[in-house]
Amino acid sequence: MLIESGSPVAADQRIDISLTINGETRALQVAPWTTLLDLLRERLDLTGTKKGCDHGQCGACTVLVNGTRVNSCLVLAVMKDGAEITTVEGLASLQGPGSNALHPLQEAFIEHDAFQCGYCTPGQLCSSVGLLNEGHAKSREEIREAMSGNICRCGAYTNIVDAIEDVMQAGGSR
Amino acid sequence: MTATFSPTGRDTYVGTARSRVDGPAKVTGLAKYAGEFAAPDLAHGYVVSSRIAKGRILSIDTSDAEKVPGVVKVLTHENRPRTAFLAMNYRDMVAPPGSPFRALYDDKIHFSGQPVALVVAEDFETARFAASLVRVTYEAETPATEIAELKDLAYDPPKKRSGIKPPPEPWGDADAAFDGAPVKVREDYRLAIEHHNPMEPHASTVVREGDGKYTVYDKTQGVANSHGYLTAVFGLNKADVRVVNPYIGGGFGSGLRPQYQLFLAMLAARDLDRSVRVVLTRDQMWTFTHRPDALQTVSLGAGPDGALQALKHDVIQETSRYEDYQETIPNWSGVLYRCDNVAMSYRLAQTDMATPGDMRAPGAVTGVFAIETAMDELAQATGQDPIALRLRNYAEADATAGGKPFGSKELKEALRQGAERFGWARRNPEPRSTREGRELVGWGMACGIWEAMMQQSSVHAALTPDGRLELGNATGDLGTGTYTILTQIGADALGLRMEDVTVKLGDTRLAEAPVAGGSWTAASSGTAAMRACRDIAEQAFRLARGLDESPLANVEFDRVVLEGGRIAVADDPARSMALTDVLRKAGVERLEATGKAAPDKDHAKQFESYTHSAIFAEVKVDEELGQVRVTRIVSAIAAGKILNTKTARSQILGGIVMGIGSALEEESMLDHRLGRFMNHNLGEYHVPVNADIHDIEVIFVDEEDKANPLGVKGLGEIGIVGTAAAIANAVFHATGKRVRHLPITVDKILG
Repeated sequence: MLIESGSPVAADQRIDISLTINGETRALQVAPWTTLLDLLRERLDLTGTKKGCDHGQCGACTVLVNGTRVNSCLVLAVMKDGAEITTVEGLASLQGPGSNALHPLQEAFIEHDAFQCGYCTPGQLCSSVGLLNEGHAKSREEIREAMSGNICRCGAYTNIVDAIEDVMQAGGSR
Repeated sequence: MTATFSPTGRDTYVGTARSRVDGPAKVTGLAKYAGEFAAPDLAHGYVVSSRIAKGRILSIDTSDAEKVPGVVKVLTHENRPRTAFLAMNYRDMVAPPGSPFRALYDDKIHFSGQPVALVVAEDFETARFAASLVRVTYEAETPATEIAELKDLAYDPPKKRSGIKPPPEPWGDADAAFDGAPVKVREDYRLAIEHHNPMEPHASTVVREGDGKYTVYDKTQGVANSHGYLTAVFGLNKADVRVVNPYIGGGFGSGLRPQYQLFLAMLAARDLDRSVRVVLTRDQMWTFTHRPDALQTVSLGAGPDGALQALKHDVIQETSRYEDYQETIPNWSGVLYRCDNVAMSYRLAQTDMATPGDMRAPGAVTGVFAIETAMDELAQATGQDPIALRLRNYAEADATAGGKPFGSKELKEALRQGAERFGWARRNPEPRSTREGRELVGWGMACGIWEAMMQQSSVHAALTPDGRLELGNATGDLGTGTYTILTQIGADALGLRMEDVTVKLGDTRLAEAPVAGGSWTAASSGTAAMRACRDIAEQAFRLARGLDESPLANVEFDRVVLEGGRIAVADDPARSMALTDVLRKAGVERLEATGKAAPDKDHAKQFESYTHSAIFAEVKVDEELGQVRVTRIVSAIAAGKILNTKTARSQILGGIVMGIGSALEEESMLDHRLGRFMNHNLGEYHVPVNADIHDIEVIFVDEEDKANPLGVKGLGEIGIVGTAAAIANAVFHATGKRVRHLPITVDKILG
């Protein structure tokens, strides 16, 4: 589909893709201009993943793609055919198949009051899981640096670092 | 001495550190925000924003947009359905004097980014694409957005904004005293325009329920305000509109007034007879409210010992052409410091921008930055320690209110505890005296102040035979912790466990409550909740006492305790009954009560109520790179009773972080030729990120206050007030460079 600016288009083209989202494999027909974020929020009712800026500047839309943290607003869904996606709704299931127990980071975020309004929280959590997977950040300073793609306007940063450090020191589980 | 909440005065949960009760919903993604509610017939609206700041629309060509498959309609001022005719119908509960902005009303453009069309389509992407095809031609006029060039046109607002204190009448002779003072400081201060930028963009989902009824999910700090606005503007019956907002992704003041996406969503829903959602883009978050620009001059005359002899604080603040938005800016100087010769002024200058609005501690952030920087300059000029200077001029009464005493003011204790924790005594007063590697180190301090207010509020509570308590009202929890503190208060009042209590908020079907703002929610809705639950406790007690062979026979209410789910005689705990048994045996389905709260007029006649803070900041400045880091903050808060030390600390942390942003980063930059904010995105408008925030310590100083039965003063604003001044003063101490125009960016350190 060619979209020329200023000309009307038929936006009815759909592309078949398959995504495994929070452990469930789904066959989807997706328009090429649909971002992974809008697919999750608008079509799959997975509204836990937030839209804060739609420009990759705030991190609220962070999800895990094959275990790596990604701004889902900057990714077109069709580009991730075959990928495994984990959203905040699926973090508990990372504890094991069918698990309903909160992820240690989710528990630590509650314990350390690492959020207020909660809108950036899903992105902060997915980003934290990604950070632990990466294994680079060891100190508080490194955590701060590596979490700086996720803005928290309520200013819970010190509590977020406390929560991550807590889980990190417990070896990933509290 | 703690305030008493339960009839026995026993606090189990109140006053302790408790995790947020809405935590599990927020960490699992189950908490739903306004733009996330769905409906089977939902259409998506996308706003087209004006490219000029002033002038009029010559033409709007929507034909290409309408040809896009999936587009339902394009609404403009030319085809807008009729709404209320009178401007007054658009005035919301907290509107400043004037004639509110009306979206798609006519061809006139009042500010850059003004909505000029709404494209409604079957899906979001289609609406967004079609919006790019709407062609608008304008006749542009030259906008005026630089208040420094509009000073001569400034005026005293003829109509005062409700709840905002105009400057007090002058006392003494400030000009003569200033002229004769041995030491003089007279400087201009300015903050950059800031935008709230809550993480959740403004959004409204209007769900058509049929029969002319609507459920509206709106990003608002007060569902009642949105409700009143919609019914007045669209001529709807009150009962036909329900406004709901269980969670709000940050507000900071941006959600106090109904914003234009609410109007547009309802307009489209009514016109199309289907459900419509309108979500603003991040860019569009720069097209309505903001913290206004203000030009300030502070003149301090003092003796060689630093004792104030003259205090002048003059302010010109920006407003729009259509509303006289007002804040309390200069007054704080006269509340904080004692001086015999004081004069203050506050005027407005109209610009071609959207009406500014309340942003976290409106007025105080602005005015206190100026006075607290000026006081640091006076400390430097007189060779006084900044704390000693403040103590020398410490106000024991509110001179701006005719010398009325404060209900409580533990600022001295806050200064003492904060200084001790920070290690202030080790400070070398000489600027540029401390260096660590390539960085200069500076220590600065400032005081903060905010009014402790209450509003009329009510809470409805119901206890059922299963031992569960439900309570709630229409106010919102912006992340402030309202769900949690009301849960604590309810549990303590009835001797239940927190897990037995459910709090519901943000729904016009619940008990009436004011907008959530001004730091008044804990005092107002907390008091109402306590009263509702006490009422239920007394009802349960009377039922229990009236039962056959009641263990509580012949006992008065003031002799019982409610604890562990039981009503017991205080000095004879063997005589007790479980609440669940009381209701079951009495055959009562539920006990209900509505508690009301309002400001205590007798107290207000005698006392003025404020919260205070003492903020200490350490900065490290790399002079070669011009970089400033805030490495340490200690903020000691005197704000009455603290209901939940965990969520309270977080609120203060949040205020401090926003204060760091105000000091070093936040600046909406106008191109005055275009009258347009140019850095309207989070990549170019910098708010603090995790790497910017180092160690922050919060101290709550004991303070007993009697303005309300809880002893609560509120915490939403006080954390930010004065923080920027403490940082700017620390930057001076580090570098010898005084920055009076925030934010303190690289160019100002290098320049």
